[in-house]
Amino acid sequence: MLSEAQRKRGLAAGAASLLAVALFVLAPVTALLATAPASSSQAALFDGYTASLLRFTLLQAGLSTVLSILLAIPVTLALARRPSFPLRVWIIRLMAVPMGLPVLIGALGLIGIFGRQGLFNRLLAFGGVEQPVSIYGLSGILIAHVFFNLPLACRLMLAGLERLPAEYWRLSASLGMRPLSVFRFIEGPALARVAPGAAGLVFMLCATSFTLVLVLGGGPAATTLEVAIYQSLRFDFNPTRAVALSLLQIGLTAVVLILISRLPPAESAGVGEGRANRRFDGRSLPARLYDAGIIGVATLFLLLPLGSIVVAGLKADLLKLVTMPAFRQAGLTSLAIAFSAGLLSILVSLGIIAARAAIADLRHPPHPLKAFSAALSGMSSLVLLVPPVVLGTGWFLLIRPYADVSRVAPVLVATVNMLMALPFVMRVLAPAFETHAARTGRLAASLGLSGFSRMRLVDWPVLARPLMMALSFAMALSLGDLGAVALFGSQDLTTLPYLVYSRLGSYRTNDADGLALILGAICLALTALGTAGSRRQP
Amino acid sequence: MANDAPAAAVELLDVRLVLGSARFHFDCRLEEGVITAITGPSGSGKSTLLNLVAGFETPDSGRVRLSGRDMTGVHPGQRPLSLVFQDNNLFAHLDLLTNVGLGIHPALKLSPADRRAVSDALSRVGLAGYEKRMPGTLSGGERQRAAFARALVRKRPLLLLDEPFAALDPALRVSMAELLLNLHRESGNTVVIVTHDRDEVTRLADRVLGVENGTVRP
Repeated sequence: MLSEAQRKRGLAAGAASLLAVALFVLAPVTALLATAPASSSQAALFDGYTASLLRFTLLQAGLSTVLSILLAIPVTLALARRPSFPLRVWIIRLMAVPMGLPVLIGALGLIGIFGRQGLFNRLLAFGGVEQPVSIYGLSGILIAHVFFNLPLACRLMLAGLERLPAEYWRLSASLGMRPLSVFRFIEGPALARVAPGAAGLVFMLCATSFTLVLVLGGGPAATTLEVAIYQSLRFDFNPTRAVALSLLQIGLTAVVLILISRLPPAESAGVGEGRANRRFDGRSLPARLYDAGIIGVATLFLLLPLGSIVVAGLKADLLKLVTMPAFRQAGLTSLAIAFSAGLLSILVSLGIIAARAAIADLRHPPHPLKAFSAALSGMSSLVLLVPPVVLGTGWFLLIRPYADVSRVAPVLVATVNMLMALPFVMRVLAPAFETHAARTGRLAASLGLSGFSRMRLVDWPVLARPLMMALSFAMALSLGDLGAVALFGSQDLTTLPYLVYSRLGSYRTNDADGLALILGAICLALTALGTAGSRRQP
Repeated sequence: MANDAPAAAVELLDVRLVLGSARFHFDCRLEEGVITAITGPSGSGKSTLLNLVAGFETPDSGRVRLSGRDMTGVHPGQRPLSLVFQDNNLFAHLDLLTNVGLGIHPALKLSPADRRAVSDALSRVGLAGYEKRMPGTLSGGERQRAAFARALVRKRPLLLLDEPFAALDPALRVSMAELLLNLHRESGNTVVIVTHDRDEVTRLADRVLGVENGTVRP
């Protein structure tokens, strides 16, 4: 029920969004392709070093995925078997924390527990084990990836189990199924439906993980493509190699994305919010102890690094840190970048939503418009295809001949962050706007409400909340991001994660711990705001 | 113990249960070999009564006896009964042979004779040759028939039905009720059916048990 003018405005907004995103993503990719001199890039693509980079990227992503999923399965089964025990809802919420925690901060917490001086290795030494577990290199990357992705896999798979009808559990109990039969006939098939999607997502996240590998990896033996791109641009100043590696990375993500698109999607909506069904199995004492043990170990694994961040952070002189000019400067920069990134991603999303609504409103949209609508939907995949470091490399090459890259660096960082946030913002806003339009569209049209009065009376009161949620979620993402700023960061452009990272390298690790605590708290608070309303949505 | 009253298939002896803010108190006996309908407004406690019999709820106090044996606190799988719900009676990802076969052996260790028994039960409810069909390809009525087939192969003396026909259209309800009656007459089992439908009560029930405000209406 849109007027002709509304439809035209919507289409124009969508076209503008699509154009802006396409320009920002495709321009650097074109630059990369144009810069790559055919012969030398081929040489760089196929030398032994590149091959080992690719091998390590795939190896760590594959192992991380397998470990995350396999370890998540017993935790998921135990949590599903115990739908109501005290603290359950808090354990489920704890599992959402790694998603909102800046990766760098999580890495610090993991070093605090699994590092050479960490709790874990001291326990091992106490137990007489000589060889400590190393948080650096492949083992460290795997521990970190499991820390971030096991809870994600767990939530996705738990949602799959909680979606099963309540009758299934009554039926299995009434038929007298033993635990093995319950797994074979009910739990296993349910997990098998969700696990591939979850594994695809985890693999994608691990294959493009930058910060963890930067902090915990290192050396030619434990470097991924993304980190190698960063190193060749930042330290070796070898743009040719950066270009070749970037193209390889795009090829890799393209293949992974295509493979993932064939898997059934995994949704985690509404997990653990008291919808879980009653279970009648696992009532024996050994079963209870087993589940308590599994849930306890998983909880400790997530809780200890977080606790380590808090303990180490409180040791620092927080007051002094906060009043430090470097902190204020970095904080303001971070805030400005995060706010612009959040606002931009909302604007682009609004354009996409308006255009899609305008096209959906037509009963028989002509073919070009259908293609346009598909392009709008595919935009978030386009964003995933080109990881931030690759985008940065391309823009670096584009701008360098004409201007000082450090001048435009803040704009680039904000825009890269905007793109990273776009899929998440769309996931918050699109359903909210669609429901709102379906509820009020005809009524508002019949009352002749339009323009500013419609916005003030009808739209804003309902949509303010999702908009704020999207903004705070996008800001949390941008505030915690090290990937984009790592390429462009300098004396003139320092964000909070960049400040933490640079202090990490220096002798002032105490400062780094304090800053990490502050940044982690801010990001978690923003994420909590950004997701607070989602569980109340149907 | 001279007792002229017919044997009781189900006895709830001074059973008390508190669920949230709802209090239940049941003291009743259901006669063996007949169809008893449990009726009453929604929220009155019909399903709770059924859950107590099936073992999904354990009484705070009082005893639950089935065919004279004390079953209070016994796991649902060890009670001599079969269940049919309103919906989701079949595991959607398993074919009918498996779904019905699980009624014979919960780990699906089926002998050739067991498989024949499944096929016989399926044809008995009008689903001959449906062994390999998936529940998603069946109509709602056919799915309930398959659930009856599973109850048949289980050969338990007590059959509990929780609004089994509520999701079906009226014409189908009549034919499903006929099927239930035939099966009941053949096996002489005890049937307890929770229902909202007045016609269904008159069509099926030998006895009626009214439930209101968490207790049996006198």
